[in-house]
Amino acid sequence: MSEQFEPLILAFCCNWCSYAGADLAGVARIQYPSNARIIRTMCSGMIHPNLVIDALTKGADGVLVCG
Amino acid sequence: MVAFKINDKEVQGEKGEYLLQVARRNGIEIPTLCHHPILEPAGLCRLCLVELFDGRRTRLVTACNYPIWEGMRIQTDTEALRQIRKLIVELLLSRCPEAPFVQELAQTYGITAPRFTTANDDCILCGLCTRICERIGNSAIALTGRGIDIKVDTPFQMKAEDCITCGACVAICPTGHIKLEDISRHDFRPIPSEYDVGLAGRKPIYIPYAQAVPKTPAIDRSACAHFKTGGCQICAQVCPAGAIDHQQQDETIELEVGSVILATGLQAFNPSHTERYLYGKHPNVMTNLEFERMLSPSGPFKGHIQRRSDGKDPKKIAWVQCVGSRSHREGANPYCSTVCCMAALKQTIIAREHLGSDLSTTVFLMDMRTHRKDFEKYYERAKQQGGRLIRSRVHTIEPVSGTGDLRIRYVLENGHAQSDTFDLVVLSIGVEIPHKTVDLAARLGVQLGPNRFLEADCLRPVSTSRPGVYACGVLTGPKDIPQTVAEASAAASAATGAIAAGRGTLWKQKTFPQEISVADEPVRVGVFVCNCGINIGGVADVPAIVEYAKGLHDVAYAKDHLFSCSQDSQQDIIAQIKEHRLNRIVVASCSPSTHQAIFQEMLRNAGLNKYLFEMANIRNHCTWCHLHEPEKATQKCKDLVNIAVAKARLLDPLEYITAKVTGRALVVGGGVAGMVSALAIADQGFGVDLVEQKEALGGQALKLDKTWKGEPIRPFVEEVIRKVQANDKIALHLGATVKEASGFVGNFVSTLSDGQKIEHGVAVLATGARAFQPEGLYLLGQNPNVMNLLDMDVEIAGKSQRIQKAKTVVFIQCVGSRVPERPYCNKICCSHSVENALKLKALDPQKEVFILYRDMRTYGERESLYAKAREKGVIFIRYTLDHLPQVEEADGRVKITVKDHILQQPVSILADVLALATAIVPNDNSALSQTYKVALNAEGFFSEVHAKIRPLDSATDGIFMAGLCHYPKPIEESIAEGHAAASRAATILSKEMLQMESTISSPVDENCDGCAFCIEPCPYQALSLVEYMKGGEVKKTVEVDEVRCKGCGSCMATCPKQGIVVRGFTMAQLGAQVEAALGLI
Repeated sequence: MSEQFEPLILAFCCNWCSYAGADLAGVARIQYPSNARIIRTMCSGMIHPNLVIDALTKGADGVLVCG
Repeated sequence: MVAFKINDKEVQGEKGEYLLQVARRNGIEIPTLCHHPILEPAGLCRLCLVELFDGRRTRLVTACNYPIWEGMRIQTDTEALRQIRKLIVELLLSRCPEAPFVQELAQTYGITAPRFTTANDDCILCGLCTRICERIGNSAIALTGRGIDIKVDTPFQMKAEDCITCGACVAICPTGHIKLEDISRHDFRPIPSEYDVGLAGRKPIYIPYAQAVPKTPAIDRSACAHFKTGGCQICAQVCPAGAIDHQQQDETIELEVGSVILATGLQAFNPSHTERYLYGKHPNVMTNLEFERMLSPSGPFKGHIQRRSDGKDPKKIAWVQCVGSRSHREGANPYCSTVCCMAALKQTIIAREHLGSDLSTTVFLMDMRTHRKDFEKYYERAKQQGGRLIRSRVHTIEPVSGTGDLRIRYVLENGHAQSDTFDLVVLSIGVEIPHKTVDLAARLGVQLGPNRFLEADCLRPVSTSRPGVYACGVLTGPKDIPQTVAEASAAASAATGAIAAGRGTLWKQKTFPQEISVADEPVRVGVFVCNCGINIGGVADVPAIVEYAKGLHDVAYAKDHLFSCSQDSQQDIIAQIKEHRLNRIVVASCSPSTHQAIFQEMLRNAGLNKYLFEMANIRNHCTWCHLHEPEKATQKCKDLVNIAVAKARLLDPLEYITAKVTGRALVVGGGVAGMVSALAIADQGFGVDLVEQKEALGGQALKLDKTWKGEPIRPFVEEVIRKVQANDKIALHLGATVKEASGFVGNFVSTLSDGQKIEHGVAVLATGARAFQPEGLYLLGQNPNVMNLLDMDVEIAGKSQRIQKAKTVVFIQCVGSRVPERPYCNKICCSHSVENALKLKALDPQKEVFILYRDMRTYGERESLYAKAREKGVIFIRYTLDHLPQVEEADGRVKITVKDHILQQPVSILADVLALATAIVPNDNSALSQTYKVALNAEGFFSEVHAKIRPLDSATDGIFMAGLCHYPKPIEESIAEGHAAASRAATILSKEMLQMESTISSPVDENCDGCAFCIEPCPYQALSLVEYMKGGEVKKTVEVDEVRCKGCGSCMATCPKQGIVVRGFTMAQLGAQVEAALGLI
């Protein structure tokens, strides 16, 4: 049996909404899988398409743009 | 240090430590039932037996209370030990076969049923309860008897007198054996949480509520066991910061101040006195405050609405309005509490959101008072959702026996008695001033009125009877949050205006050391990992994270702290920065939204540019969300540190951007609100340009006679005009309007119609409103005896023949308002008509006066006018939109026909004078709206950015509003708002410079070819295309307006050539973070 697949997900989160939402999830002690890595941006609008493509080509299993 | 071996592994402990402590610290698990870190070990349960080899022989000792010694050898998990532990558990299971705790334990040892005779007990004799009782400083229980008779008991087997019902024994008992009612002679109940209005309990040491400032726990001395027994102090033992000091005493602090603001607020009416409503006697009758906490997702019921009698979802809920308000009976208050109508409507809407659209809601009310901006629209929405509104004052609420339901009997307007049954009844209790405020007022020497509200003059709404003492909020009368917030600003303006000369005299200018240049230095990253008490360190392996960080490229130093943000830790970090010449700092702790500013200031204190800082959010985004996966959490923490370090390596110092503030204000509108605002700003020491389109100051207020409290308005307005004219800080621009404006907060330039250019830092819009003139409606403008309220004021003040002779006078309310074209209430006309009705009755009590209304909105203490009018014989007839009054001329008089709400049939009144309470409509604000980018609502009033928190701020920074241009309101509110806008203006004008964020867009000229793709997507219009000469050629690039740009980066994402970047969020920095997240660096 091979190991169960655990995806690595990259999340770009807007400082003002989803990043704060992730903060709040912590405050509320909401438990979720530890696979996501959050990168803070000042707005989801600053995420250049190349960043997403780069992430996927370099090995991310999923990219979440949240804002 | 004492060195020894556990399971052949070398371990170390301090002299005096017990074996279990050292084992646990080293991650070696030894089972135990009777051990608790805050209690002295007792060795009672024997489950922690381990094998000790002392050099000669092996024996069994209890790990929990066996002191360590040099060279001893311990085995914790041998077959023999497992058998012994299994036997102990089996014996416990035979003693307590029904206790779930023991059953679960037995399962882990593979025991399904004990081989021994079973008993029926649930006490495992761990002695936690007796030891905690002793620790609390009491001895209400102890282990008594010997051998098989040993048990937990009270002295003389009688309920203990000494028990203080602290409940520690119950809380610590693992099996639920201990019950307070078996132990204590005293009644006990949880300490009711003040914030949750008793729906939940709280501890003797507690944070009052989630948003409390400061958000630190306080000890309730009346409930804390330590203050009863001298023992306990467990909180002090477990607090990792050592912050608890039981010796602390109350202190009297003397402050020297120039002004005092009273904002002592309200208390809720206690409905227990109204016995007919069963409050406190029936679990399913609750107050609106209790219901509010029940609705709250963060409240004690997590937003789940349920009946307290049986926990069921209610299907039919009734709200009973005016409980404790608008009445003289049973301790109630005669005034209207103002806020409960909207609160009830809101609760019906939210309850339906929670329980589904088939929830039946019924509100029993007398008048629906939704008179503030946008409230009427909310009322319409609530009606559209199908909520029932019944006009009746509920007399009695009765229990329906055996069901938990409640029956409400009521009488309709037509006199028919009805009854209906509900699952839950919510009492809309009113507001009142606490009695302790009366003492405070007496000590301060300020006057309270008959309803205990502070006496405030309508024309000086935030002043008190004592100079230098100001007041705001419900203390001066019932009011909603937006008005309270506006008044708070007004009080701040009045209180600081009077002492403006002293501004800054007690300040100390914060200075930072000279910034170290890092440009030519190699990157030396310092990583500081926070334990956050146990919030991070209790889940993730912080020492391992520190070690990991030390191994990262360019990291020169790494360390952990218990709390990175504490003063001493910050001092330590600053010392490490200096010692190790660190020039990029990563703090791995909590969220930048709460702590970035603190750490950035720390960097400046260390002589570093504040933008050389990056945070790794390992608490909110990691340990709090992976509480039960310590290994995965540790790994994620490491990754987050790596991501932060990857960005930190590429951080550059950024230049701080400041903008100079023009210390003048522009006020548009020379009515009362504008003039008061201009004077208040001038009082603060700033220049004002006051622009009025007419040739004279004064506005609508010149037409008004008296305030509802009876203060004459005209002399006040004339005095304000004189003061404005005489004030050398105020430049008047009469007969002028604003034509265009440019700039931004702190630096506006406005051009007037006469061509003058005015530089100003802020602007206050106070353009007023006017009376709606519905020519022809109800014969207005066609019959001289039909007039609007303002014209009637003039006739009454001048004692005109028409008024003197009139035998019958009729008022029609809501003319042109609360209709689909103008779906808002004017707030002032109900009181205005009732005042005029009283004046007519005063002229001649024989005059017949009728007021035709839809809802009588004499809110707050104005209710006294309504009560007095009824007493004087003014007749009130309620009409509805379906049956509008009909008006025609008849026999030289005006004949009004209306369907009477009690008789349920049309009645005709022949009137000599008909007064119309016409709508108030805004002036045409569309041009100003364009000029200053301030939105208008659907009705043409200026829109505030947030109704509750920023009621007078527009969405454009530095532009404020006051008075009728925001919404219809009485003069005292316009005056308060004039002050409030001045206060908001002063927050900007009092700064010489505005500090801006430096993380904004910056063009890269060598990459930018001037394609202008980025200009359109910019939501702040901060970019413009410019041409420049380079090498004899004309080149194009974009220019960034540093004040407008908010650093959103839409430009960066749009640019196909990397011709523009956001400083601190460059493509290179984000790209490095991506690579680090993927483990590539």
